[in-house]
Amino acid sequence: MDAPWLWLIPLLPFAGALLNGLLHARVLRARAAAGAGHPAHGAGHGGHGGHGDAAPHPLERWAGILGTLLVAGAFLVAVRAFFSLRGLEVHERVLRAPLETWIRSAELDVGWSLVVDPLSCTLVLVITGVGALIHLYSTGYMHGDRGYAKYFAYLNLFVGMMLMLVLSDSLVGLFLGWEGVGLCSYLLIGFWYEDGAKSDAARKAFIVNRIGDFGFLIGMFLLFWWNTGAPSLNLAQINQAAADGQFAPGVLTLACLCLFLGCCGKSAQIPLHVWLPDAMAGPTPVSALIHAATMVTSGIYLVARLSPAFAHAPGVLHVIALVGAATALFSASIALAQRDIKKVLAYSTVSQLGYMFLGLGVGAFGAAVYHLVTHAFFKALLFLGAGSVIHALAGEQDMLRMGGLRKYVPVTYRSMLLGACALAGIPLFSGFFSKDEILFSAATGPYGAGNWLLWLLGSAGALLTAVYTGRLLGLSFFGPERFDRQRVHPHESPRSMTIPLVVLAFLSLAGGVLGNLFLHPLEEWLHPVVGGATVVARGEHHAAHALEVGLLLFAAAVAAGGTYYGWRRFRTGVEAHERQLEQPGLLRTLADAWHVDALYDALVVAPLKRLAAGAAAFDTHVIDGAVNLAGAAGRAAGGAVRRIQSGFAAHYALWFSLGAAILLLGLWLGARA
Amino acid sequence: MNQALLPLLLGLPLAGAFLVLLSPAGERLQRWIAMAVALATAALGIQLFVAFQAGQEGFQFTFQAPWFRLPGAGEVQIALGVDGISVLMVTLSALLVPIVLLVSPGHILTRTREYLFWLLLMEAGMLGVFLALDLVLFYVFWELSLIPLYFIIGIWGGENRIYATIKFVLYTLVGSLVMLVGLIRVALDRGTTDVAALLRDDLDPELQRFAFACFALSFLIKVPVVPFHTWLPDAHVQAPAGGSVILAGVMLKMGTYGLLRYGVQMFPAAAVEFAPWLAVIGVVGIVYGSLVAWAQRDFKKLVAYSSVAHLGFVVLGSFALNVTALQGAVLQGVNHGISTGALFLLVGVLYDRRHTRELAAFGGLARTFPAYAFLLVIATLASVGLPGTNGFVGELLILLGAFRSLPWLAVLGGLGVVLGAVYMLGMCRQVLFGPVTDERNRSLEPLKPAEWLALAPLCALMLWIGLYPAPLLDRTRLACEALVRRVQPYQAAEGAALTPPLPPGQEPR
Repeated sequence: MDAPWLWLIPLLPFAGALLNGLLHARVLRARAAAGAGHPAHGAGHGGHGGHGDAAPHPLERWAGILGTLLVAGAFLVAVRAFFSLRGLEVHERVLRAPLETWIRSAELDVGWSLVVDPLSCTLVLVITGVGALIHLYSTGYMHGDRGYAKYFAYLNLFVGMMLMLVLSDSLVGLFLGWEGVGLCSYLLIGFWYEDGAKSDAARKAFIVNRIGDFGFLIGMFLLFWWNTGAPSLNLAQINQAAADGQFAPGVLTLACLCLFLGCCGKSAQIPLHVWLPDAMAGPTPVSALIHAATMVTSGIYLVARLSPAFAHAPGVLHVIALVGAATALFSASIALAQRDIKKVLAYSTVSQLGYMFLGLGVGAFGAAVYHLVTHAFFKALLFLGAGSVIHALAGEQDMLRMGGLRKYVPVTYRSMLLGACALAGIPLFSGFFSKDEILFSAATGPYGAGNWLLWLLGSAGALLTAVYTGRLLGLSFFGPERFDRQRVHPHESPRSMTIPLVVLAFLSLAGGVLGNLFLHPLEEWLHPVVGGATVVARGEHHAAHALEVGLLLFAAAVAAGGTYYGWRRFRTGVEAHERQLEQPGLLRTLADAWHVDALYDALVVAPLKRLAAGAAAFDTHVIDGAVNLAGAAGRAAGGAVRRIQSGFAAHYALWFSLGAAILLLGLWLGARA
Repeated sequence: MNQALLPLLLGLPLAGAFLVLLSPAGERLQRWIAMAVALATAALGIQLFVAFQAGQEGFQFTFQAPWFRLPGAGEVQIALGVDGISVLMVTLSALLVPIVLLVSPGHILTRTREYLFWLLLMEAGMLGVFLALDLVLFYVFWELSLIPLYFIIGIWGGENRIYATIKFVLYTLVGSLVMLVGLIRVALDRGTTDVAALLRDDLDPELQRFAFACFALSFLIKVPVVPFHTWLPDAHVQAPAGGSVILAGVMLKMGTYGLLRYGVQMFPAAAVEFAPWLAVIGVVGIVYGSLVAWAQRDFKKLVAYSSVAHLGFVVLGSFALNVTALQGAVLQGVNHGISTGALFLLVGVLYDRRHTRELAAFGGLARTFPAYAFLLVIATLASVGLPGTNGFVGELLILLGAFRSLPWLAVLGGLGVVLGAVYMLGMCRQVLFGPVTDERNRSLEPLKPAEWLALAPLCALMLWIGLYPAPLLDRTRLACEALVRRVQPYQAAEGAALTPPLPPGQEPR
């Protein structure tokens, strides 16, 4: 069905980006005019998260209002799209907003068309819904920052790009959103750019993502040229071509692996996970929106979107399942030993994304998307809660310097408690059902004995998840108060920040209870998009009910036990823990993230830098040296030429005539010969 | 009108040049005259772009007038015309000159009259190179465009300008002479200098090989490709900002244009034979140029080496010899002119204020010079080929096309996408971000209206071509298809070497 109004969904946030950008320019001009007398003082961004040193401009508050309302408006349009879809026959649930002509060359013809089907509709609802809440939260969190309007311009731009990513009907359009969200991530990680380390983190994120995007491009090229039917980069046509066997199996496998490299970059999977923890340098709401709820799930979306192609590519899903499970466990282990509350959540995000890939890899595409949605709720909640805690403690992020906060920030504490339960997988909370669905799908997956390896990796990760979640609660909200009470007076955050917390807490809880009631509706809802691929990947089989119940109970026990242990162990005795983290040992290795960054520095970055320096030296000394040598030989001729440099036209004319004379003479001589 | 458009386009800057040189007007008036001439030429360039018929193959707006008789080579004509490849170059060149004039008062402080003269003369020469349809005429314009740049760098350049100009001239002389030899041989062998006829001609393979080598060497120096590139960073560093913009924006395009017209199209058999090697040279340029750019400490040198990398993409696309890659290569030529031109202007903005180009002298400008930061980030994004900017469309088409005929080279070239982000974002990090380390960077003079007027259209073009490149791509399509048809018979003869490695049992499209 044609629905041109779908364009409102991305255009509303884009308009917000434009208007807020103009607003920011206006504010800057006003500030420059006001500060013309005395040059800006270099206080930089001190204190918590760099809240600025300039008085808010009266116009600035409109930036937050505008940004929030426009994203909320996009959410309303998305809700309308949802109901329009619901009104259609199950297998006709597609809305289109056709728009021809973006890149139109002789062989490649890509347009701008948007498509909404149950999968993209689900994502759009999450992006705009959670996005609007986080915008609202940001109006409080970023209050008083000198880049307030710019922040909302970037955040709106991000939402627009993210929507292009999920709405585009072609791989190229998807790539536009893909790199566009990468740009916004770069701008927002480095939002407080005066801190060089934050700027470096931003650059690292962009470059690591570019490595993945390189794979994305190659995968795209393979899918285009090696399609034995009509070549196309239209997503639906690629899926159709894969299902019709228009790709040689080796080619499809290679192409999907290349695309998966892109997913590893964007969704921070091993070996390209290293940028996400550093990305915590950005403002905390950014971490919640971009680096937890939406952008980092793009890789999951891509695989789900192309699930027919991935399911028909032999071997690819194995790789995805294994990478996902390994990342889930690996990264959960690192989260155990982080002191920075945001770092715990960052590694936790990497780990949870691993679960989603595990789900995709065992062909449980619906379960992966379900976990994507619940994770968006509870992880956004946890990040926003962490932001509220950091706000309360005037910038403190080290959990070993927190403790006993539950009585100071009761709303934050209670909502984070709900989010933590969901993350740990406590029964009845959303994360329990979605993670269990993935682990159950892994145990009953298509890989024979490999199923149990995947299940084991995932369950071990789940245990660690429960422990670090309990640790996070214990360290920050319980036990003795370890912050400096003379200096810091913890206080609950303003309403603009707590309302989103409460809403997300409700969703984290309800997403499970309702999700359990409506899980089958969700799977049915997504069935037209991923159902076929699920059957291809997993076959039509039904696992024993007893096994399902058994695994469920086991998972519940792991979650409850792990969380209790983590809470109990780290509520007190923090000093001993601190020593462990500082002295060499396993915990120290975990705290240093298994030294992967150092490894990359030594094996990749440093050699490349040396190569670049070597190339530059080669260029100066060898290539240019040879040129200069030749030049020295021709210096006599050069001496003559130098005299022309007088600037007199007559000299030049002489020179020019000489050339013409040579030309004529040559022609004449040649003609005689 | 159609008959007169091209002679007018050429004659306007030529007449303008001498008007400025000979008129007794004062400096201010001279600037206005030059600007009026450049704007009128730009208007004609836009008119040409708009009136160009995308659906019509071959040369359009052709103009012919007898010039003189050459013994053994028939009648030399003043023959002009544009096809889908040259029309973009002509419009780009005509658009860049007013922009250069706009910023010149900032750094051209002496001998303004001569500067304006050389600039307009150079414009005439460059336009002539793209418009000429006669070998002799082409050569005349080729030379005519070089000399002004020589003076512009030599007179208004930086401290080490003499070294840079001599290097530039020696390189260029060698290239020109070699080209002249090839040109003479072709003219004598075929008894004509008519380009349109030669482009239809089926030349003797031996002659093709010789002539291709001669022409291509000259163009490769001009582009420039590794290892003939070392004149470029010196020339750029020494040139005034306006000179750099013209050098990067137009001059280098004479090389890439020449490779297509007087390489691939005129000598298709030789082009097919040499294509894989030239594509390798292109990829070497991408990777090597990026690595060297990464190690630079001078802002302008960094941009110069990024040029080497970007033009490596153009060379790769040109010699992948399929329509997609060729369309990408032509478009990327335009893109490079716009984004690198903007980057050189931006370097100039800082140089005018601080008289240094050391990256380390800056830092934290995002705070103290936000408008500048905004423009530099946009130019950077176009340069790294972010989707939505012009650079993406060009790089995508080049790599997509190259991947079909030369997959491994395309993969290696694709690394340029990663490396580009490494050095360009590294530059932004040093110039814009981090703390303000030098107090002088706190009180930089805000962007002047002329600087805004010069940079804003370029940034607008980056986004426009990025979002709606169809008007440009449509115009290049038939010309690129014609190029491919020209080389196809020889590709078939060349055998499996260049056919795409399709799965067994599949017919190439």
